[in-house]
Amino acid sequence: MGVSINWLKQYVDFNWRAEELANRLTMAGIAIEGIDQEDDDFILDLDLTPNRGDCLGMINLAREVAALNGSSIRMPEIAIKENHENINQYIKVGIDASDLCQRYAARLVKNVKIQESPAWLQKTLIHSGIRPINNVVDVTNYVMLECNQPLHAFDYNLLGNTILVRRARAGERFTTLDEVERKLDNDMLVITDGSKPVALAGIMGGLDSEIHDATVNVLLESAWFLGPNIRRTSRKVGLRSESSIRFEKGTDINGVIYAVNRAAMLIQELAGGEVVKGIEDVYPEPRKELQVTLRPERVNYLLGTELTPSQMRSYLEQLQFPVKEQKGNFIVNIPSYRPDIEIEVDLIEEVARLHGYDKIEPGLPGGETIPGGLTPFQKFRDEIKNIMSPYLNEVINYSFISEENFQRLLLPQDSNLRNVVRIANPLSEEQAVMRTLLLPGLLENASTNLARKNENLEFYEMGAVFYPAESGLPLERIRIGAVVCGHSDVNWTRHRVEMDFFYLKGIVENLLWKLGLEDCEFVVAKDFSYHPGRSAVLKYYGDELGIIGEVHPLVLHNYDIKQRCCAFELDVEKLFAHKRTRLMVDKIARYPAVERDIAVVLADEVTAAAALKAIRDAERELLKDVVVFDLYSGEQVAVGYKSMAFRMTFQSMERTLTDNDINSSVNRIVDRLQKDFKAELR
Amino acid sequence: MLNKLKEIADNSEKWLSQASNIDEINELRVKVLGRKGEITQVLRGLKDLDAGERASVGKIANQLKERLENMFSSRTEEIKSQELELRLARESVDISLPGLPLQRGGKHPLTLINEEIRDIFLTMGFSVAEGPEIESDYYNFEALNIPRDHPAREMQDSFYISEDILLRTHTSPVQVRTMEKLAPQLPVKIIVPGRVYRRDDDATHSPMFNQVEGLVIDKRITFGHLKGTLMHFAHKIFGEDVKVRYRPSFFPFTEPSAEMDISCVNCKGSGCRVCSHTGWLEILGAGMVDPRVLQFGGYDGEQVTGFAFGMGVERIAMLKYGINDLRLFFDNDKRFLRQF
Repeated sequence: MGVSINWLKQYVDFNWRAEELANRLTMAGIAIEGIDQEDDDFILDLDLTPNRGDCLGMINLAREVAALNGSSIRMPEIAIKENHENINQYIKVGIDASDLCQRYAARLVKNVKIQESPAWLQKTLIHSGIRPINNVVDVTNYVMLECNQPLHAFDYNLLGNTILVRRARAGERFTTLDEVERKLDNDMLVITDGSKPVALAGIMGGLDSEIHDATVNVLLESAWFLGPNIRRTSRKVGLRSESSIRFEKGTDINGVIYAVNRAAMLIQELAGGEVVKGIEDVYPEPRKELQVTLRPERVNYLLGTELTPSQMRSYLEQLQFPVKEQKGNFIVNIPSYRPDIEIEVDLIEEVARLHGYDKIEPGLPGGETIPGGLTPFQKFRDEIKNIMSPYLNEVINYSFISEENFQRLLLPQDSNLRNVVRIANPLSEEQAVMRTLLLPGLLENASTNLARKNENLEFYEMGAVFYPAESGLPLERIRIGAVVCGHSDVNWTRHRVEMDFFYLKGIVENLLWKLGLEDCEFVVAKDFSYHPGRSAVLKYYGDELGIIGEVHPLVLHNYDIKQRCCAFELDVEKLFAHKRTRLMVDKIARYPAVERDIAVVLADEVTAAAALKAIRDAERELLKDVVVFDLYSGEQVAVGYKSMAFRMTFQSMERTLTDNDINSSVNRIVDRLQKDFKAELR
Repeated sequence: MLNKLKEIADNSEKWLSQASNIDEINELRVKVLGRKGEITQVLRGLKDLDAGERASVGKIANQLKERLENMFSSRTEEIKSQELELRLARESVDISLPGLPLQRGGKHPLTLINEEIRDIFLTMGFSVAEGPEIESDYYNFEALNIPRDHPAREMQDSFYISEDILLRTHTSPVQVRTMEKLAPQLPVKIIVPGRVYRRDDDATHSPMFNQVEGLVIDKRITFGHLKGTLMHFAHKIFGEDVKVRYRPSFFPFTEPSAEMDISCVNCKGSGCRVCSHTGWLEILGAGMVDPRVLQFGGYDGEQVTGFAFGMGVERIAMLKYGINDLRLFFDNDKRFLRQF
């Protein structure tokens, strides 16, 4: 909101230049975002916190300035020439919903002449972002800006002699000033002429009773409406106005009369006319004085200050809050224009901000401290990121995705992963459901990067996925997923690693090894989103930890990815549940190790895992290690067969092995391979 | 015989100087000093001489043998070192060629900043608490003194799952969850990192972003402690020379509430585009925990006090790394990610 400094000076004296004023207000909690110079004036850009809606009125803002420089404010004096008639002859106000409308005051100004407002008034409104309309409407807006009391002006002749404030009837229709027909419900408050609505209370007047060029008699409304109800209605009908903004934040129920008088006076000045004597003021339950006790020792206790009671008292008095002392405590009368102050801490904040936050000495909490730290699961997640980060770049994707992803991933209709937590009011279909897996985000990352010619990708993400629960909050599981494609960076050596299935499997095996889960089995997977011949489920003693594989070519196509990509996705909570601390199992042998290589021809369907297991089983004592070091099929090997070469390391803890020892071990191994797989030595 | 010895000596010297590799020297050594070598032959002939002559010639011959042995070994050393030099020269590489490229992964900048923030508070004795990203209205709003229809709900337009369940709009719900779990234990000293969600998507707002929340509850916790703790944090993360100021603000769950500003890290406070020419950057909100919130958490606001704070991780990361576009964090472009 823009605030003119010249206008502010009508209510309070200060010698501060614009910047100084802005700084003082900012440091007192009334944030000034910027200053604009206009001719001989400065306009402050006010950014109010929601509790200080009162400062949307110039007079209340002036109170803040006065509190800061120890002066006091000037309220414009009211001088109205009333005629000898009585308001009761003209209007009768009734309130049928006194919970939502706690006060309603009306005043009548007869025989006005509707015309353009004078330049000063138009300019003032424009500075404040309000479009000038005519002198009467402009006055109501001006007084609203001045007193923070929204007013409404009806054409009395179009209204009749009754005002009844009531809840709307369900389905009742009403056309507001902006010529939009609104459908109302039973929770909305309307102003009626006894039968039909003439205004949507506190939000906008009706088209049928608005002030127009030929209006002669003006009925002014100044009322107090319950903020939360105005807010609800305003949201439901999708209409926010300068008026509703103020009512939402709370207005001054005791300022209603001053504002209506101020408006009547200005209308008389600017549009002529006669003000009918009296105000129709319905105020069934006048506001009870709110008294809040402030204990000086509590102020120092909470702030860590050493203020004297008299200092505190003077801060409250600078705010013009009436203060009485009682047994060393202060009983403070809270002015009705400060609805934000309800309890003692609110007053402590007032003391603190007038004292100045910057004058409060900083310190550190003393006393006993429990050592802080991370939980084992938090440390575990760090550990995983630390293991992944040397190889993969971490990404962070939104937790919500488009439901279309499930189609793209070729998930069948009855897939559990389609059972989503749905956002009722998403920003777009692209962000409509909570992700049930990380893969779609990662594939989208690959797709966008490839489209931007960022080749050779290696991404991982750790984050929550979400599943609906029978009752209560949805389930959240932490997962880690990754996607890779292309190969390692081009370079002048001949080493370029292709980031294929086995590359990614290496990363996963490294992770598993570091977590003590090297016993994990890779079992051929049947997953709709992955290549059926190039994917595996990870099983740890029967528990499925996740999946790794080349992404199915049709899925890649659906994500506009024109090259092979591999991905994995693991359940971090399961990894955590199974993780083991590594122990030193292998003693360091004092006797030399001997290596032997063999190459055997095996049928294609014999897996490496099966062959390795057979080798280990055949020689449990002396075989320290065995790895596959070559794999070949093609010429010299019959169709349907492959040649697999193993490097075996033999070692004894007790003695140096002889050729005989080793030969007999190797023979045993070869026999075993022949027996189990009909393997032939090459 | 002496002439013979002299001839052997002269020839050996000549041949040695001409020898160009270890093999030639070894051959020569055998020829001269070997078991059937020339010197050996001479020494064998000594027995035919008379005793007097035998002694003097024998002495000369032995001296010569010793001298030749020394010559051979020094010449061998010389050639070896020449050969090594040659080999080293031959083996030199273009050291300006780049090293073998290792895979270069890395953590997301938000993770890095999160860890940095976390570590500062860990050393101050804080623990890390966490809570669900999908929350109940109760923990997200009600228990934080934000009843239905409170204007503060508008400050954070929410994504709803159902009427009572929503994507948390801040990490503050974990405050109450932690209090409920710990009450009446003291002290409570936690930070809460996590993803949060608001229904806003433009150049400066992301519908998902990250916060770190903090909460300290104990007997005699003061606003001064809030200032001291957060000032320490600001100095650790932005440098000891950064200036800090506190302004009154409003949060429904704290009273008094404050906003902490730091002197602009870009212009050092003189005013620039980054700080909208104010010299100050708003980096976190804080305040003394509202007694009503303490009560929701199971603590008596008369007996204990506390402070809470919250900050946006993206904002801190943008300031620390000089990132000028919020969207880069969630765009996940390799060219961006690889810079961290």
